[in-house]
Amino acid sequence: INWEIIFIKKYSHSHSMDKSITLPPDEIFRNLENAKRFAIDIGGSLTKLAYYSTVQHKVAKVRSFDHTAKVINTSISCELYEISVQEEITARLHFIKFENAYIETCLDFIKDHLVNTETKVIKATGGGAHKFKDLIEKKLGLKVDKEDEMTCLIKGCNFVLKNIPHEAFVYAKHADSEFRFQNTHPDIFPYLLVNIGSGVSIVKVESEDKFERIGGSSIGGGTFWGLGALLTKTKRFDELLQLASKGQHTSVDMLVKDIYGGSYGSLGLTGDLIASSFGKSATADKDFSKEDMAKSLLHMISNDIGQLACLYAKLHNLSRVYFGGFFIRGHPVTMHTITYSINFFTKGEVQALFLRHEGYLGAIGAFLKGAEEDNPNQYSWGENYAGSSGLMSVSPDINPMQRARSGTFDMLEMDRLERQLVNLPLLQDASSYIPDTVDLTEDALAREYWLSCFEEALDGVVKRAVASQPDIPEAAERAEKFRQKYRHKLQTLRHQPFAYGSLTVRSLLDTREHCLNEFNFPDPYSKIKQRENDVALKYYQKAVKSLEELSWEERQFALVRVELTAGPFCEQLERPWLVDAYDQWIERLKGPPHKCALFFVDNSGMDIILGVMPFVRELLCRGTEVVLASNSGPALNDVTNGELQILTERIAAMDPVIQSGLKEDRLTLVQSGSSSPCLDLSRLDKVLAMVVRERQTDLVIIEGMGRAIHTNYYAMLTCESLKMAVIKNSWLADRLGGKLFSVVFKYEDPTRKPSKDTVALTPS
Amino acid sequence: MRLKSFPWFGMDIGGTLVKLVYFEPVDITAEEEQEEVENLKSIRRYLTSNVAYGKTGVRDVHLELRNLTMCGRTGNLHFIRFPTQAMHRFIQMGRDKNFSSLHTTLCATGGGAYKFENDFRTMADLELLKLDELDCLIRGLLFVDRVGFNGHPECYYFQNPSDTQSCVKRPCSLDNPFPMLLVNIGSGVSILAVYSQDNYKRVTGTSLGGGTFLGLCCLLTGCETFEEALEMASKGDSTNVDKLVKDIYGGDYERFGLQGSAVASSFGHMMSKEKRDSISKEDLARATLVTITNNIGSIARMCAVNEKIERVVFVGNFLRINTVSTKLLAYAMDFWSKGQLRALFLEHEGYFGAVGALMELLKTTEEQ
Repeated sequence: INWEIIFIKKYSHSHSMDKSITLPPDEIFRNLENAKRFAIDIGGSLTKLAYYSTVQHKVAKVRSFDHTAKVINTSISCELYEISVQEEITARLHFIKFENAYIETCLDFIKDHLVNTETKVIKATGGGAHKFKDLIEKKLGLKVDKEDEMTCLIKGCNFVLKNIPHEAFVYAKHADSEFRFQNTHPDIFPYLLVNIGSGVSIVKVESEDKFERIGGSSIGGGTFWGLGALLTKTKRFDELLQLASKGQHTSVDMLVKDIYGGSYGSLGLTGDLIASSFGKSATADKDFSKEDMAKSLLHMISNDIGQLACLYAKLHNLSRVYFGGFFIRGHPVTMHTITYSINFFTKGEVQALFLRHEGYLGAIGAFLKGAEEDNPNQYSWGENYAGSSGLMSVSPDINPMQRARSGTFDMLEMDRLERQLVNLPLLQDASSYIPDTVDLTEDALAREYWLSCFEEALDGVVKRAVASQPDIPEAAERAEKFRQKYRHKLQTLRHQPFAYGSLTVRSLLDTREHCLNEFNFPDPYSKIKQRENDVALKYYQKAVKSLEELSWEERQFALVRVELTAGPFCEQLERPWLVDAYDQWIERLKGPPHKCALFFVDNSGMDIILGVMPFVRELLCRGTEVVLASNSGPALNDVTNGELQILTERIAAMDPVIQSGLKEDRLTLVQSGSSSPCLDLSRLDKVLAMVVRERQTDLVIIEGMGRAIHTNYYAMLTCESLKMAVIKNSWLADRLGGKLFSVVFKYEDPTRKPSKDTVALTPS
Repeated sequence: MRLKSFPWFGMDIGGTLVKLVYFEPVDITAEEEQEEVENLKSIRRYLTSNVAYGKTGVRDVHLELRNLTMCGRTGNLHFIRFPTQAMHRFIQMGRDKNFSSLHTTLCATGGGAYKFENDFRTMADLELLKLDELDCLIRGLLFVDRVGFNGHPECYYFQNPSDTQSCVKRPCSLDNPFPMLLVNIGSGVSILAVYSQDNYKRVTGTSLGGGTFLGLCCLLTGCETFEEALEMASKGDSTNVDKLVKDIYGGDYERFGLQGSAVASSFGHMMSKEKRDSISKEDLARATLVTITNNIGSIARMCAVNEKIERVVFVGNFLRINTVSTKLLAYAMDFWSKGQLRALFLEHEGYFGAVGALMELLKTTEEQ
């Protein structure tokens, strides 16, 4: 199908010239061949299609060779383990949003590409579902099964709040970053959802299945649109909003100062407050500009909705109020006026919250309704940054690309995670925990640096990706596609840093991993990791032996140094370090052993084998149990759980301490549930959380830049913690007031006063 | 005790209308008559012999309180209104009639007392005694309710508000008025929780008030006056303009207990061009009136629930000659509260602030 032509034909019937499809179709309705469980939400102007698909991924698997003790001791020693690329099937949810004008063409495309014949039904919701019922049934041959709009909306809302970090945000027009993203609260209930469609519905949501429409108003988006069209002769909703953003309401509205000459002091009403909306249009005999009337109307409606929402929030004692519906849908103008109104009426006690994927809620909910037998709520899901469009700024002033937005297809993809993710039980306050140390959405300088940094590193990443698949001829072509995709993401983030929630070093790294996976480069470092592990293993016994020859005190220092510098061959690092709590740590070690240490490991090779393992060994010798947490999936050269299993076995064969630790279950390997070079302690494997609780973990060790500096530097835990890293980035070192290869050694004990040696990682 | 010298005025200068109450003594002795300056006589004659002043001033004769005793004097209380826009002409008249020679205190409330204070001083050599509008409103309301309306109750409600056929206006008494939620609908709306004459708080307000109704009506229909707007509204059908629940769901939205006849989206039909082209000005006026009224009712109801007050008293000039709104408010209170809340109305709708201001004049007299 030539989509360009089909769509261009369509435009000739439409009024605006700026409609153009900007994405090739195979990138829109992806994985249709495996698609099942369709759902559709047809609104007043936009259609949202949802389906479930299975995605075949290439994954790098490691498998231990069948080594016998004999083989190891001979000099034949070949590779440590075998790497094979396997196909793995994972589940993915696809959501696509497009203008209603394209429904027919889209249905045709889907029909032509749909292979799965099991699908018999399509769940449908939204005001337009009725209108398009026959068309859908005819085109797709599926039975349309209608679902209640509000039920779908709430289901979808619960789903995104639970599964998408940084889903909700506060809008602040005049702040450095307009979008202030909220943490995923461990308990999302209860909340108030104010849905502003043509009218307003105010819904109190108490649990997954319990919600109630507690009120509403007929003054909503339809009032703005309808009354606005009458007053200004402007037909389109977007255009009305644009008019409003340019107008001055003070010429139309009667303000307190128009009545009082100033403020109404005794009641604390300022002079600029609107006393009577449109109050001047009855008394003055002049013409009012369209812009001014639209602005006045916008204020009138936003204030009214805000006031009602506050009255309901107060009556039901709710502090979390989410706003959605087409009146809001990413429009900075309405988000601003609603926010202003809520602040005014609650004096800042309640914050207006908005959702990044608000437009998809109905489709997600309808989909979930139809997929109940797959138990989607049983799993954790993650936003796939490679396949999702991200939040667009629709403000024409902020983003000139906005106008071209109509005619494009917005997408959201969510991957089903193999593991269910939960909070680390040791977080002091899970609801206020922020993994990331620096929010690049707010820190323009840092943002500029890191975006450029990732862009410059792109060539290297592409090279490595190609090199990791030497026997596959089309790898270069795929790597090139990866380059384009990731570069495009970086460009998007330059203009819209808020596209995927707060922009952070972690999100930049994760986006890169997602893009690599997308083009079947599941583990570009696999061979390098293998080689380095191999080399490091050869030195293990020697390293342990030399450590054992040291005195206790010398050994403790050597362990830390070795751990930090990833092997005994690095340069000496003189103390005092940039952050230096080593003395407190040594003092602590002179005390009773810890019950159990949770160790989040970092790199493969020397780091894990010659740095972490001797450290672990020492802990075991002290009588401390150790839980080693490694990534579930590959990310950069980080050691994965699969690799660590093999490495630990190899080491156990050489080292009776590790051997007995494993045997006696005092050394346990768990997976973190993550495939990121960074660490989000609020999204960890459920099994890990269980082990941590069972073992009464009283020490958490986090090592490496990604996990201890870019993330978790400020994480507050209920037990002792050790955060260790060498700053291997000169810009960051500089910013922290240190030099390249500065050491951060942060030891914290929540029962004691915080160490003075903390360096603020964010500019004051 | 020395009585404050005549004339006795109370004035409430709002955003749209100026409300003036004038006490006409009918117990003037011959001696007094002789002493009375010509100026004062002419003011009395001018005000009491006319029902209209200039182009825009009106005396609401039907509201006159006759043979009222205030401060030991008997007289008639007259209720006069004119647009705030004519304020400067009024001040000029005060100058022309040499009002300042009468040594009276001009008690004024409402925002205009502040806004026009300087104009009164410089143009007419008059000093205003500025009074808080909410204090005056409550004091005036309680006074008028106490003295009654020429032998009839001041207060009324609607019986059977949910049935248009049997809905009737019924007098009632406000004997034990506290606590009450007082909803004052002028250009904008103020909502007060009143616990006693001196103990009240402003709960909230909304800018969607009488000024919004008139302002939007003028823009949408080209009408010019409140009377004209109401006249049109009385002939219109708002369901041509508003989108009802049944327009969206084909009937009731049972999942949420919403009746099909409930308005889902005010002006919602106006999103479509065909509908915009097919409606009348009367329909638009009616929809504007219904939208504003329902919204006030909805906010008032929420406030009553939040403040735990069952009696909701609606006042203000928006309700003047506006039975569409009073009945709608009565219905909305009754329906949405399942009979828990009762809407009450007062005959002297918008004049309580002015009455309260007059009382302040007499109170300052007593203290002297």
